[in-house]
Amino acid sequence: MMTLVYFAWVREMVGTDAETLTLPAELTTVAALLDWLATRSAGHAAALANRNRIRVAVDQQFASPGTLLAGAREVAIFPPVTGG
Amino acid sequence: MSISARLQAEPFEAAAEQAALIGARTDLGAAVSFTGLVRADDGLVALTLEHYPAMTLAQMQAIADQAAARWPGVVGTIIHRHGRLLPGEAIVLVVTASPHRGDAFAAAQFLMDWLKTDAPFWKREEWADGTARWVEAKGSDDDAAGRWVQPGTVRM
Repeated sequence: MMTLVYFAWVREMVGTDAETLTLPAELTTVAALLDWLATRSAGHAAALANRNRIRVAVDQQFASPGTLLAGAREVAIFPPVTGG
Repeated sequence: MSISARLQAEPFEAAAEQAALIGARTDLGAAVSFTGLVRADDGLVALTLEHYPAMTLAQMQAIADQAAARWPGVVGTIIHRHGRLLPGEAIVLVVTASPHRGDAFAAAQFLMDWLKTDAPFWKREEWADGTARWVEAKGSDDDAAGRWVQPGTVRM
């Protein structure tokens, strides 16, 4: 089981701020997870359509498309940050 | 920790934070204070800062620790607010102090640049006509943060 959390316009487009999912075993990287999530609903697909506008954190650490998911409990998906 | 991070919804008092940072020390010859404000761009009614509660403060402290490692003589406080803020309100505070001004200036700028690009906050703008939009990240912010990257720096 993995918890997915969404922020800002990703959250709005997906339509929820969090969901807990059982991932197919063959999903080993962040990139593969995003590809799989995009098939779950029209909202997921729209939010994830442009991967250049998507950032990911795995267990609260910024990640890249090749980051491995092994053992990860929480994956956050969000736009590039705009604080400060 | 010589540079501490705080996350809060409430306003902060920059002068009080600087005074608390310096305390009774007399070896500090320079103090730098930067406050980021909500700018009332044409028709902006409010700005709401969303963040990632499980990550934000830890990430802010990691940025602070990077600055502390890079400028060992610097002490500092960084505060970032979240929630709904009105034009003119303060969003972010960076206060640094050191024996000489160079390090205090440099650490303050580093902290601010990295807070812009490496802390999980998102700004949502509300406009007078009832519309709202998420602020887009600026490439210039990445450039500003990137100029601090040196061999051995762990970019978070």
